Amino acid sequence: MLMISPKMASGMQEKQYTPSLLSFFIYNPTFGPREGEEEKKILFYHPSDVEKNEKIRNVGLCEAIVQFTRTFCPTKPAKSLHTQKNRQFFFEPEENFWMVMVVRNPMIEKPNKDGKPPTVEYQEEEMLLPSCLLQCYSMYKLFNGTFSRAMQAGGVELLMQKLEKFFYRYLQTLHLQSCDLLDVFGGISFFPLDKMTYLKIQSFVNRVEESLSLIKYTAFLYNDQLIWSGLEQDDMRILYKYLTTSLFPRHSEPELAGRDSPMRPEVAGNLLHYGRFLTGPTNLKDPEAKFRFPKIFVSAEDGYEELHLIVYKVHSLVCFLIASVELTREFCEQLDSLVGPQLTLLASDICEQFTINRRISGPEKEPQFKFIYFNHMNLAEKSTIHMRKTASVCLTSVHPDLMKILGDINCDFARVDEDEEIIVKAMTDYWVVGKKSDQRELYVILNQKNANLIEVNEEVKRLCATQFNNIFFLD
Amino acid sequence: MAEEHYLELSENPVQFEHASSVNNVFFDEANKQVFAVRSGGATGVVVKGPDDKSSVAFRMDDKGEVKCIKFSIGNKILAVQRTSKSVDFINFIPDYPHTEFSQECKTKNASILGFCWTNWNEVVFITDQGIEFYQVFPDKRSLKLLKSQSINVNWYQYCPETAVILLSTTVQGNILQPFAFRNGTMSKMSKFEIELPVVPKPAKLSLSERDIAMATIYGQLYVMYLKHHSRTANSPSAEVVLYHLSREGSCKKSHVLKLNTTGKFALNIVDNLVVVHHQSSQTSLIFDIKLKEPDCALNIHQPVLPARSIHPYRIPLSGPAAVPSQPPVPCQLYSSSWSVFQPDIIISASEGYLWYLQVKLPPTVNLLQDKGKLMDFLLRRRECKMVILSVCSQILEVGEKGSLPVVATVFDKLNQVYKDYLEAEQSYTQAMESGPSRGSAAQKRPVRTQAVIDQSDMYTHVLSSFTERKGVSHKFIIAVLMEYIRSLNQFQITVQHYLYELVIKTLVQHNLFYMLHQFLQYHVLSDSKPLVSSNQELILRRRVCGSVDAPHLPLSPSRARLPRRAGYVHRFSVSLLNCVLSGVFAAVSGEHVPTRTPAVPGHAEASVHGQRRDHRGSAVEAAGSGCAQIHPQRRWPRQRVCAEVPGRGAADRRPDAVLHGV
Repeated sequence: MLMISPKMASGMQEKQYTPSLLSFFIYNPTFGPREGEEEKKILFYHPSDVEKNEKIRNVGLCEAIVQFTRTFCPTKPAKSLHTQKNRQFFFEPEENFWMVMVVRNPMIEKPNKDGKPPTVEYQEEEMLLPSCLLQCYSMYKLFNGTFSRAMQAGGVELLMQKLEKFFYRYLQTLHLQSCDLLDVFGGISFFPLDKMTYLKIQSFVNRVEESLSLIKYTAFLYNDQLIWSGLEQDDMRILYKYLTTSLFPRHSEPELAGRDSPMRPEVAGNLLHYGRFLTGPTNLKDPEAKFRFPKIFVSAEDGYEELHLIVYKVHSLVCFLIASVELTREFCEQLDSLVGPQLTLLASDICEQFTINRRISGPEKEPQFKFIYFNHMNLAEKSTIHMRKTASVCLTSVHPDLMKILGDINCDFARVDEDEEIIVKAMTDYWVVGKKSDQRELYVILNQKNANLIEVNEEVKRLCATQFNNIFFLD
Repeated sequence: MAEEHYLELSENPVQFEHASSVNNVFFDEANKQVFAVRSGGATGVVVKGPDDKSSVAFRMDDKGEVKCIKFSIGNKILAVQRTSKSVDFINFIPDYPHTEFSQECKTKNASILGFCWTNWNEVVFITDQGIEFYQVFPDKRSLKLLKSQSINVNWYQYCPETAVILLSTTVQGNILQPFAFRNGTMSKMSKFEIELPVVPKPAKLSLSERDIAMATIYGQLYVMYLKHHSRTANSPSAEVVLYHLSREGSCKKSHVLKLNTTGKFALNIVDNLVVVHHQSSQTSLIFDIKLKEPDCALNIHQPVLPARSIHPYRIPLSGPAAVPSQPPVPCQLYSSSWSVFQPDIIISASEGYLWYLQVKLPPTVNLLQDKGKLMDFLLRRRECKMVILSVCSQILEVGEKGSLPVVATVFDKLNQVYKDYLEAEQSYTQAMESGPSRGSAAQKRPVRTQAVIDQSDMYTHVLSSFTERKGVSHKFIIAVLMEYIRSLNQFQITVQHYLYELVIKTLVQHNLFYMLHQFLQYHVLSDSKPLVSSNQELILRRRVCGSVDAPHLPLSPSRARLPRRAGYVHRFSVSLLNCVLSGVFAAVSGEHVPTRTPAVPGHAEASVHGQRRDHRGSAVEAAGSGCAQIHPQRRWPRQRVCAEVPGRGAADRRPDAVLHGV
């Protein structure tokens, strides 16, 4: 199966193809060590309609590559294999469990005049995909726990069931062509907030956790930006990804539909506050309402704990709470009455701040500088390049070629430990500057005709001084 | 059972010879002196004051029964009233003639109800037909009438603190006319009417002297009226009505204290609290007129605390017959022989004791369940500091469900007072700096009362021991600390660094580095004193205890480098590193290390190993078609500085600073 999405058709009738997923499989070599039992190794294979022998062959090949490269570096086996047509990425998330993703390289198809089959040129640019594999695993783990947990609970059968159920749906939502720098970072966008409002939120969180003892962790988002997380960073990172790319977009559509639209769910007739559950019951008053919340697995002191995710929303302010036991109607009502009114107040506080901030930062629609900033330390990211990011589309305000350059610079940074600065002049009068200072990375795209290197350097300095005045960049 | 008596009699009462057929006892409210006059003074007058200095003993001729006897202020002149027509004076100033001299009241056929000293040489006679204000010339042994006023008087009351005399006029006696005295002048204040529960027919004197008292509460003069219940009117129980008497303007009915019972009452004022003694139940009630009952134009107050009796008092046996081993005799409280004087004096003439009534704060803590109200109450008391701090500890100790909102209210109340003091102090300093010439007399240095509980008090007495106590969940500890920091911020009080240290220590001990990082990111743990970027602490932590896993640190330990770029960066970093390190040490070794370890600066020094390299030219490489890649690596000094903002101070940081801090 080929998922080809023609992106651009030029006047020359050239066809460009973006990278696409060829196959994705998970295997464990210890499950079928003897000859003739190879099929047992395979836990999941996408696409599923591939012939059995081919599956076995592909798995065997990967196994062999990994084994072979292990002899050179026992601690770090191969991570990827690049060929002319495609790339394979290997990842061992748990001992002996391997996840492999095969992606076809982007290519350009040039038609030949005299009726011959068109010539195909594969492009060997850097691809920002290894992070994608890790994300697949993290997402699986968030909702299902580790592979070995499923093995303990119900053996290979259960694990295969779970993998099938999860990845069948998940792989459909993978959009390799729109994968860019932000996906590599997997960062969290933080909402700027003054200290006092932040402390008020702290106070609220502490009170909620104290009075509703079932709640173990709380986190706070506004406008899809994180304000507070009681969860550990890694858990928050993947949960943030899930919320912003999957859960929130799914729920924002009925909200955008307007008040009179039939799509809008009946608001529970609550005049005191505007709170509602995004997970669990849509209407508390409904006697038929189901009080089922998605289960998630987060790291705890001793391995993993299984928790229930409650997402509660007031306007743009989302508070999600994580409770440790099965939840009842009484609990939900108690939570609704306790959290709803307070959250409504906080939401208006924050909204006020938000508008003030926006006024200060100026009314211009297009930000003066286009930049992406990422801090490895706290996973904070900020982008003025991306307009809106959802699961399916990633709207950027710059040309994809520039995005590719950003990806290249990032790959360069990843290779060295030292601080670096890279300035690139692109073909189209654009300058791209990448800066790596300790744990922070900053990418700036400048559009200045006839600018020289010194001017570009000055410009970036100015940006650092104005936009990042409280961050110590080195220069 | 916990101690519940919140009122007590003073430990060291003033003792005097008890009243008898040969010994008359008088009390002067102005000088708080007790006069024991034996046989009209012939066999001696013993004066006992609140301290030994004001105690005198002398003898005077017996010229008839003494009706009233008082010293002028400073024991300069003694005035004795023996008849209803005149008052006699004796000089007590050394080198002045000691012979008595006398002054008759000017108004004919008037009889003197009493007299009051308003100064060392100024005296007021109150007669049934008016008041006469005299100046005394002890050297000339004569008096000069300064001013007089004709008015029918039933009885009078004198408040020595404010030098205000209150006269009861009209037939019913319920029109009260106050006069104020100051530096030889007498000024008439506006009169006012006390609303009687029943208007008698025919009119007769219905307002008794016993039911009126004057006292200053929170610096304001009030006339307190004990309004007894009456069957005809709709008042099922007695109440105390307070009239605010301001020097200018009219007298307004301002507070009503509900007694919820009937019977005989007496009033005292202790520490700005109105104490109402109820004789038949032998209990007392206290009221705080500043404890607001909301939505009420006229403040109606209920007792702050349930009625309790005064703490049992034992009279130590005295005199030659006393044997040390003999147990003291319990004193009968609320005895009918007690006389109560303003503000806080109780005299038992038959036993010969004068006590000061005192409020004990510790028992109130358990009697008042509403902690917010309790704080309001305690913050207005004189000796409140330790009690407030113990209440804070107690709230934190309980740590039961839903106590955080209570903690928050209490912190807010404390910090309100703290903030008010800081502001007053600041405006005083500014006024002083701007030059003492302008209105220097008006600006008085603000008094720091015990109610000002600052951060070091909280830290020393409450928070540091609270965070170290075993069995308290770290979540609760952090919640409480954050609540305190929130409250301080809310009142725009600069948070002291040791509070941050406490938060950091607790977070580090429980491996909550992500939380710590978030707090730093949002400047919750900075501002007052610039702190270094969180990077360093976290890295350092990893360095110091590499065994403790810090999963979200993508850094290799070798990257721990301290800023050296600016001196200040280094300086302040030491303090924070200090506390983080000590927290780390504590976390590793399981014990607490004092936060200021002298070794730490050295440690920080050791980890600064910024390598200087020469700035060389940038290497330019051609890469790709049309792309010039420049690697100016060498222009980047190897030494890393990653402090998020220190320096420029909070003032020029914009509200969206966090945006850039991330």
